[in-house]
Amino acid sequence: MNRALPYLLLLPASLFLLVFFFYPFGLVVVESLTRGGEWTTENFTRMTGHWKFSTAFWNTIWLTAIVVPVQLIMALAMASVVQKLKTGRAGLLYIFAIPLGISDLAAGLVWLAIFEQSGFLNSILHAFGVIDRPQLYLGYQSLWVIFLAVCLAEIWRATAIMMVIIVAGMGLIPKEYNEAAEVFGASAWQRFTRVTLPLLRPSLQTALILRILMAFEVFAVVMALGGTTLPVLMGETFQWQFQLQDRGVAAAYAMVILGLSVAFSLVVLRLLHVPKGARI
Amino acid sequence: MSDVTIPGPRREEVNRAGRFLFGAGIALLVLWVLVPIWFLFVNALSAPSEVTGFPKRFWPSFDLASVRFFWNFQGVTNALWNSIKVAVLTMILSIGMGAPAGYALSRFDFPGKEFFRVLVIMTRAFPLPLLALPLAVMFIRTGLDDTVLGLALVHAMLALPFAVLITFSLFSGIPVELEEAAWTLGCTRLQAFVKVVLPLALPGIAASAVFAFVISWNEVFAAAVLTIENRTLTAFLLQSLNVSPLPLKFAGGAALVLPALIFIFAVRKYLFAMWGIANR
Repeated sequence: MNRALPYLLLLPASLFLLVFFFYPFGLVVVESLTRGGEWTTENFTRMTGHWKFSTAFWNTIWLTAIVVPVQLIMALAMASVVQKLKTGRAGLLYIFAIPLGISDLAAGLVWLAIFEQSGFLNSILHAFGVIDRPQLYLGYQSLWVIFLAVCLAEIWRATAIMMVIIVAGMGLIPKEYNEAAEVFGASAWQRFTRVTLPLLRPSLQTALILRILMAFEVFAVVMALGGTTLPVLMGETFQWQFQLQDRGVAAAYAMVILGLSVAFSLVVLRLLHVPKGARI
Repeated sequence: MSDVTIPGPRREEVNRAGRFLFGAGIALLVLWVLVPIWFLFVNALSAPSEVTGFPKRFWPSFDLASVRFFWNFQGVTNALWNSIKVAVLTMILSIGMGAPAGYALSRFDFPGKEFFRVLVIMTRAFPLPLLALPLAVMFIRTGLDDTVLGLALVHAMLALPFAVLITFSLFSGIPVELEEAAWTLGCTRLQAFVKVVLPLALPGIAASAVFAFVISWNEVFAAAVLTIENRTLTAFLLQSLNVSPLPLKFAGGAALVLPALIFIFAVRKYLFAMWGIANR
């Protein structure tokens, strides 16, 4: 009985993973490679042949490339600030963590309130006398503004998750290491780059992987701010599945997102590899 | 070192400037997080004519016409109710399956343990919302399409890895000795669990349940793909982005944000403990 118990306890979760994780991902692979019951690469040629594909692909990549580094720096700054604080730590952490609970759609709407034509950005500029009539920011004529708004919304929304992981990771680093470095005359910056950052690698790994995946899945923020004017991979997947009713091409898009996610996860794991003996 | 060469009074000034910069930095970060949310609520708590008017005021007029408009809009109450039902089901499913698995991982050594743990961690390298695409077909075959249960199953898949890892760390934090003492005093394994371990773990389990609720409440992509008649609030807002007037969007956004704020506040103590171990 006792030997079977752990397996019995794992059984529901394992079965669930099998039915709702492995099986459906198998289905996506099959669906992307078949059309009308025959094996073919037509879904992929259709996908790449559509004019929106390369725009969507590069928009997603650029968004990730801009947003994630900014967030990493902000999250590290927030975490370091919190570490230094003696009073009001809990309150500040709560405020920094608020966006963690906010959905991407809500974040998109929050920034829509700022960037729309009668929104707060125009009102602020008007109040300072910079403009006398409201400007249109989120139109198709100014794609880069939509892009910028999406970047800001993403940075605003998803820095919290990296910050929380990094704060938790900093809590695990023994204080003695930093104190020893201080005794030997290391400046605050040297202590941060030579002691804290290397010891933080496992947390940075988790934070970066989670965040990069989320960046590849960017969807509702873009829909709220730009509709389909600014195509991204997840948005195109949704369009093909829903508007164009072509599940094959949607599955092909899913494979692209999946491939990117797995590839970048491996890159992060490799770059921030911690040898077994060097873990705290 | 270089500090030594700076004479007394100047050094004090430097310190004061440093403290001022530090405080200003904190204030800036706090404003960066809070001001956008403030703007959303200003919009939600102003009359529709003020929401679309220009220039805007920066404080709400506490006119509830926008909120009433949102509440009475066709399909909104239904969507809200669906969101709650799906989130509660997600909570029950993910904790119901995740907690036993977490307990097994923390208390037993058995062949295949490491394999299961890696499996759970690995699911994070996959863009899980994409599961909705193949599952849409599977659900049509089984009659689960467009149902609350069907969507809750997908959301449970999103929340399960977290539930397993979080409960694993919770149970690991409770000394085995307590349980063993209960056994020597004549408790069965189940009794010891219910009377000794569960009361200690309950607050943490509740926190992870709240977290599962928030994951489901905020999810957009799968909800929009899998529901047509029985839309959740996020799916409803997304599908009506093109057609709905601004006051509806902002009131809807505020309705999405408000519960998230409360929930994050409720679990703030556990946030860091959860993510700290969700790490390794």
